[in-house]
Amino acid sequence: MTDVDMPPKQTFRLSQLIYDTRYRSLTIQVVVFMLFMAGAAWLVDNTIQNLKVLGKDFNFGFLWNRAGYDIGQTLIPYTNDSTHFRAMLVGLLNTLLVSFLGCVAATVIGIFVGVLRLSSNWLVARLMTLYVEVFRNVPLLLWILVIYAIFTEVMPVPNAFRVNPATGEAAASMLFFDTVALTNRYTAIPGVLFSNPLPGILGLAGPLWSALVALAGGLFLNSRLKARATRIQEATGTRPSTWWATLLLLTLPWMAVLWAQGFHLDVPAFNRFNFQGGIKVTNALVVLWLALSLYTGAFVAEIVRAGIMAISKGQTEAAAALGLRPGRIMSLVILPQALRVIIPPLISQFLNLTKNSSLAIAVGYMDLRGTLGGITLNQTGRELEAILLMMGLYLAISLGISGVMNVYNNAVKLKER
Amino acid sequence: MKKSVFLGALTVASFVAGAAAAATLDDVKARGELNCGVNTGLVGFAAPDANGNWAGFDVAICKAVAAAVLGDSSKVKYVPTTGQTRFTALASGEIDLLVRNSTWTFTRDTDLKLDFAGVNYYDGQGFMVRRDLGVSSAKELDGATVCIQTGTTTELNLADFFKANNMSYQPIAIDTNAEGEQQYLAGACDAYTTDASGLAATRAAFADPENHIILPEIISKEPLGPVVRHGDNEWGDIVRWTLNALVAAEEYGVTSANIEELSKGTQNPEVNRLLGTEGDLGAMIGLDKEWAKRAIAAGGNYGEIFAANIGEQTPIGLARGLNAQWTQGGLLYAPPFR
Ligand SMILES: N[C@@H](CCC(=O)N[C@@H](CS)C(=O)NCC(=O)O)C(=O)O
Repeated sequence: MTDVDMPPKQTFRLSQLIYDTRYRSLTIQVVVFMLFMAGAAWLVDNTIQNLKVLGKDFNFGFLWNRAGYDIGQTLIPYTNDSTHFRAMLVGLLNTLLVSFLGCVAATVIGIFVGVLRLSSNWLVARLMTLYVEVFRNVPLLLWILVIYAIFTEVMPVPNAFRVNPATGEAAASMLFFDTVALTNRYTAIPGVLFSNPLPGILGLAGPLWSALVALAGGLFLNSRLKARATRIQEATGTRPSTWWATLLLLTLPWMAVLWAQGFHLDVPAFNRFNFQGGIKVTNALVVLWLALSLYTGAFVAEIVRAGIMAISKGQTEAAAALGLRPGRIMSLVILPQALRVIIPPLISQFLNLTKNSSLAIAVGYMDLRGTLGGITLNQTGRELEAILLMMGLYLAISLGISGVMNVYNNAVKLKER
Repeated sequence: MKKSVFLGALTVASFVAGAAAAATLDDVKARGELNCGVNTGLVGFAAPDANGNWAGFDVAICKAVAAAVLGDSSKVKYVPTTGQTRFTALASGEIDLLVRNSTWTFTRDTDLKLDFAGVNYYDGQGFMVRRDLGVSSAKELDGATVCIQTGTTTELNLADFFKANNMSYQPIAIDTNAEGEQQYLAGACDAYTTDASGLAATRAAFADPENHIILPEIISKEPLGPVVRHGDNEWGDIVRWTLNALVAAEEYGVTSANIEELSKGTQNPEVNRLLGTEGDLGAMIGLDKEWAKRAIAAGGNYGEIFAANIGEQTPIGLARGLNAQWTQGGLLYAPPFR
């Protein structure tokens, strides 16, 4: 006799892998994993095979060869004698530059528009809705091209700034007391020069570190001044007026340090074909930056709006009941809470913006895709290596951005105690 | 463009097992159509007309090859390629033949695993500027902004030229000739540089060609020719000898007008071999006897093609110069057909 309560003897049949719920999910996972690995192996194998058929090898040695081409905008020293690797770095830095500027501007635009879209002012709210819909619903590439076309067609050519010897006049004139020139290639702005700068320390130029030191000194003195004012206030009940001293402490020291080093402006001047001297901010950069920020800004605005709307109306009413003004309610009560909702999707937008910056090729801005994935790829014929490397770099940038943003997210998210 | 580089790279990587080595001739015959890579639009070399029919000096090569291989010069699918996408398109098997103002260089021939089947235009790189800029020599371009098509040899020559002459310049990278034209006309660059033939063709398409000059300096050698994949020698032979047939036809006075007449037999055994009335050269490259006759009949001999598309009677107005027959002091010299 067997005990009825005793479980049946554990036997294992193969069909249990499919019909037994205890095993089924594991089975499915194993099968999917094997299929995935088989697919990956097939791809890799095929790649190796085809490279062999084409007689190509897989080799990153080309990165150390002379690049041979020139790049319009370089943040680090680069000539056509530099290596492809350096050209890649130049492109990478250009990508980072436009992405960083774009993320900052998109955030500012997004918060501004997102808040205003909820404004009780009918016209303002509608205008913001118009902006969001127009930018969100037209492909980014078109925006880039449109803005580029406006810049190239509307602004004067540099040659228009040439003074005609016969009339003594030029067709176009510079702005801001003849220091800034808007052209269809770049905006020429004055650079700063020092006639007798201090030596640099730790890679920081002399004028930079000395000004920073002077500024820090000013800040320190200012905090002492404030502390003294507080002491007097506590002792006598009246706070001495310090604003003029603060103003002087925060401006005079670093200005004096810079002046002592012979600070002067390097004003761009027209010379044969282009402006010489000063700093030339290329239109490619400005256009790309504008298009990326305006486009992404529209998405950020929606995220901000959603974040604000996620905060219950009671909060606003409670804050109003406490006597806070609308502006303060937004900045002190609503936005800090809304941030928790806003940050995660905002990260995606930053990532999108960074990846979208690869559309730079449309305006000839030499980013990573333009150098490594464009000219280098082409001149060396190393498609696979260049594309893989480029994908790896974009991945690294993106992971970096999400890493930093996640740290921030953890800082603002709801603390559960 | 971006997409096709990526797709191209992917295709190279995964989907064309063996396509490169396989017989392109068989593929083309089975398909009944020649996939010919051309440029995106350069009037005189390769551009679609108002009815969408491609015509031009480079297109004529595609047609001649199609006529030789398929017996019909209209059985061509034209694939527009940019400076950046052209070699990937060829390597991946998307096109069978590339005829796109492409310069024969050492690295392209070897490292890129391509084969140049010959030269259909001996060219060199030049500069174009607005006349009112008052520039008369490329040596005066110090400090200028220059538009340059990326992925080309001209991009590298430009860097070398300015460095050798100790001048500075600002490059503006553009993707296609049309884009370069627009940038140049909008004044986004002072000078436009590319192959001199391309400059002439570009200028001819302007509304005011007389306001633009091509500077006298030629800063490089640009032998332009049709390109095939390395490794398929049979296909390479067909393209090479089709081009040679066009050149030889001009040398021997075979034209589209008299070809029917001459193919009945002539006193010149070389012409007879070329046109298939004597011997069977075609069989040696996997084609029939009349392959060369059809190739020549498609658009005429080299001289006729030149004159009809880019010659002095056309708006482009190029002189034969280096591209005259060797008998006329030029460099064109077809090896013997025997
Ligand atoms: N010969 C050079 C330059 C070739 C090139 O890009 N040429 C231009 C102007 S001649 C062209 O064909 N453009 C047509 C297009 O953009 O589709 C090379 O092979 O790298």
